Amino acid sequence: MQKLGDFKLPHFFNYPPYFTLQPVRDTREKQLQLWKELILDFCRTQKIFIIGLEEEFSLFTNPVIERSLSHEAKETFLSALVSEGRAEWIDKGHKKCLILWLRIQDWADCILRFVKDNGLEDSVMTIEEIRSGIESRGTELHGMDRTVLIRALKLLEHKGKAAIFKGTSADDEGVKFSV
Amino acid sequence: MAGKWFPAAQLTSSGRPVFVTGEVESTLLSSVDLECEENSHVPLLKSGVLILTTHRLLWINETNTSSSAAAVAIPLGTVTHIFPPKKSMKHMFASPRVRFQVSTSVDGMVIENGQKSMVLTLVLRGSKSDLDSFYSRFWEVWRGRSWEVLSLASSESTSMEGSSVVKTTVVGVSGILRREQEMWESTDKTLQDAFQDLNALMSKAKEMVMLAEKMRLKLLSGPASEPKANDEEMTSKQEMQDWLLSVGIASPVTKESAGALYHQQLSRQLADFVKLPLERAGGMIALIDIYCLFNRARGTELISPEDLLRACAIWEKFDVPVMLRKFDSGVMVIQNKSHSDEEVFGRIKSLVSKPDALRTGISPSDAAMTLGIAPAMAKEHLLTAESKGLLCRDISPEGFRFFINLFKEIDLNDIYSVKDHGIYRSWISIGSASG
Repeated sequence: MQKLGDFKLPHFFNYPPYFTLQPVRDTREKQLQLWKELILDFCRTQKIFIIGLEEEFSLFTNPVIERSLSHEAKETFLSALVSEGRAEWIDKGHKKCLILWLRIQDWADCILRFVKDNGLEDSVMTIEEIRSGIESRGTELHGMDRTVLIRALKLLEHKGKAAIFKGTSADDEGVKFSV
Repeated sequence: MAGKWFPAAQLTSSGRPVFVTGEVESTLLSSVDLECEENSHVPLLKSGVLILTTHRLLWINETNTSSSAAAVAIPLGTVTHIFPPKKSMKHMFASPRVRFQVSTSVDGMVIENGQKSMVLTLVLRGSKSDLDSFYSRFWEVWRGRSWEVLSLASSESTSMEGSSVVKTTVVGVSGILRREQEMWESTDKTLQDAFQDLNALMSKAKEMVMLAEKMRLKLLSGPASEPKANDEEMTSKQEMQDWLLSVGIASPVTKESAGALYHQQLSRQLADFVKLPLERAGGMIALIDIYCLFNRARGTELISPEDLLRACAIWEKFDVPVMLRKFDSGVMVIQNKSHSDEEVFGRIKSLVSKPDALRTGISPSDAAMTLGIAPAMAKEHLLTAESKGLLCRDISPEGFRFFINLFKEIDLNDIYSVKDHGIYRSWISIGSASG
């Protein structure tokens, strides 16, 4: 079976029609499902948050069969993810796409679990500490996208489980948990 | 029954009359009654298509072409007199009628050189303006006596055959020269025959051009004698002149002969014609191919693509075994009504399931070669199969290819799983075998 780094690719990755946008409705629907599944899988394992449509993205090209997705196809598949709430366009021109392999709600749950596991209830952390601190090492939070993290924290703040306060600069924004 | 009085006319399966050799259609009229006022036993033949040919007068029942009495034929040889149409106030408002006398046998059957005679009446319920032109054409073909020319020719050819026994004994150079001479003569004759219609057209056109020219000259001389004519009149006269100049060009012959029935008759003729090419092409043929074949068969009286399309479109209304089909891409074909896509799909499926095709797919030209059809048509079949979910497309710099649809085989819940059997498994095994 073919691999992309340490990511195991499914058999149909070598099926040439997989890389051509299918015009027939039923077939296209199935193709869309398979691409959505594969994109989320790949991003989860590779910890990829942003896909740039104009940049090289290894999943969208298969050098073995010499096929790659057209711009239209990429946009179609990512738009399908967006419409399901599993991705968001970062810019209006649809050039960059934020992939939410965990929904914001799931990320928030993830943070709460992390806070409880480390006994950080009622304590203060900076955003950077959550992303790259010693405590988060080995968890899903490690190396996560800053925008996604802030949005998850805002959701917690909205629920009254955290309070975000601004520091003097962008990188010392802090959060106080009150679980 | 009509058969007792009139000879029956043979029809093709799509309702066109079967013509004898040398017979040419002159005029077609719709909703014509054929009646006999003298003999009440002769049934009234109501509202049919009347076809005047150089040999016969055919009456065809439009609504029911399958019954045995659907069509009758009155050979022009039996016509002994044609009465000129009456022009009186009384006849102004009734449907126009053409009366003519035919010779009959003692018991009333229409035959040539019979001892008795009867008068038949044609009631033209269609357009009133048809009457004069029909009458003059009827008179023309009757006087032309083309049926006699043919029977004369056939009797000549039989006498020629008799003398050929003597001729074949002439061998050597003189024999070859004689044969050459005969060939020349027959070619000359066929050429003359072929151009006869054209000549008729040319003479008509000439008359029209002369008429238009005459009127134009009259108009030109008009203002000179009346110097007070105002500008408005002048411009309208100028328009009239231009119009007359454009009239001078001869109108198309076939439309002239069939008039309003043109497309309908063309449609029936076409339905008869396509049978053979369709059979040869395996049940489906591109409209463009038929256009070429049909016009080639027609010789000089070519039809326009528009006319062909309209003729095909009318098929829906008739009981003909063929139909026009338009693919999603816009390509139009003629196919047998019995033709089924399923059979073609079956062949395409077996084609794309072959090991090579599984790995590299097939192009329309591959399919064309295997199915024995034109590439454009093969592409249509592949696209139809794709729309049915049988195939998938692959567009790459190498071209446009079709693969068997594997998407259906993949389990969405586990995209890595492969069933032990089936086309997905065999595709994978072929892929891994090739490297």
